[in-house]
Amino acid sequence: MNEALSRNTSRSLRGGVVLALAVGTAFVMPAILAAAAPASTVEVNIAKFAYGPKEIAVAPGTKIVWTNHDQTPHTVTSNDKSFASKGLDTDDKFEHTFTSEGDFSYICTVHPYMTGVVHVRKQ
Amino acid sequence: MSTYDRAGPPHNPARRQALSCLAAWSVAAVVWTFTGGVPRALGATTAGPTTEGAASALTFVQISDTHIGFNKQANPDVVGSLRHAIAEINALPRAPAFVVHTGDVSHLSRPEEFGQAREVLQEIHVDRVHTIPGEHDTIDDGVTGYLKFFDHDGNGKAWYSFDHGGVHFIGLNNVLNFKMGTMAALGDEQIAWMKGDLARVSNSTPIVVLGHIPLWTVWEPWGWGTADSAQAMALLRRFGSVTVLNGHIHQVLQKVEGNIALHTAMSLAYPLPTPGQAGIGEPGPVTVSAGELGKVLGTRQLTVARGRHELALIDTPLAG
Repeated sequence: MNEALSRNTSRSLRGGVVLALAVGTAFVMPAILAAAAPASTVEVNIAKFAYGPKEIAVAPGTKIVWTNHDQTPHTVTSNDKSFASKGLDTDDKFEHTFTSEGDFSYICTVHPYMTGVVHVRKQ
Repeated sequence: MSTYDRAGPPHNPARRQALSCLAAWSVAAVVWTFTGGVPRALGATTAGPTTEGAASALTFVQISDTHIGFNKQANPDVVGSLRHAIAEINALPRAPAFVVHTGDVSHLSRPEEFGQAREVLQEIHVDRVHTIPGEHDTIDDGVTGYLKFFDHDGNGKAWYSFDHGGVHFIGLNNVLNFKMGTMAALGDEQIAWMKGDLARVSNSTPIVVLGHIPLWTVWEPWGWGTADSAQAMALLRRFGSVTVLNGHIHQVLQKVEGNIALHTAMSLAYPLPTPGQAGIGEPGPVTVSAGELGKVLGTRQLTVARGRHELALIDTPLAG
């Protein structure tokens, strides 16, 4: 859905640029550009004592939602202490929005051999 | 020093006879007694008499992994399973001196789960239930929540020791110090405490150590071991009789290292898979078919021959 929005926005943008230049109203462009980059949400599943996907790359501003599908509780706890869930029972969710670039590795504190990593890069 | 792993009882006609007597014993608990410093399990059953044990011998019961708060398919009524075990313990011909619970009292470390567990455990006809935490008891804020209900001696630590009937008991907390990719650990502070605690105990005093996670590496990929257990074992090696009681893996395994015998216990909540099975990659609760749950929540009985330190195991299922 985000891709389609970008394509339509690009076409409107070209149209808008022509219109703005023709009419001489520059304020139309910034409003269209602002609508072209909404924040996105990414799902990570916790199932069978593993994070899926275990390794993920996202842009700054992305929100990740983890959902526990196991009968056993798990946590999502970053090694740099920047995010930590409470104990997640079956179907519980935890979400975190990644604002800065970096590599964020995390574990389940109940089962520390469960590991995952989020790579945050400007795209 | 002989070390070996044994997952089942050795073949022995006398033991088979004892097994048939014990088949009626339907409780996932272990009754222990100490006679002359050598731990033995009593055949405790509502249907028959106990095996011989001196009147002055110390008898206690081990339960483990009650997971109060768990309500999924593998066991929708863990409180019922605990009460079943309690009824059997209360019906023992000779009441145990106390009960030890080797951890995972709760399932999610929630206050209401700790509260209910404490209430139900008070239905056991003993003066004291000694508990240690499992990793399910320390999920959100370490031992803080657990200690509000189960602080053994007010020290604010989940480790402690006490003496009873000439036996020295040590309760350990090996569910903190979780680091990425490694097993849990006892930590330097606790090991230093243990060293100081044992310094005043003579080599001939029987020792019982309680720890939730096994103090030997059963299966590292699932975190079934304690990273610094070798340091604890080194402290225990000088004693003539050491019995380590663990939980966590919801099945019975044992290991013997010289005078140290380590035993894991069955759960009172649900079974876990044995490691290394094809197609089973994680230690999640196993759902068994109706009527089978009682067979995988069982009891453990130990017998020790006079003059021998080695403990023999008899595994008896909850229901035949």
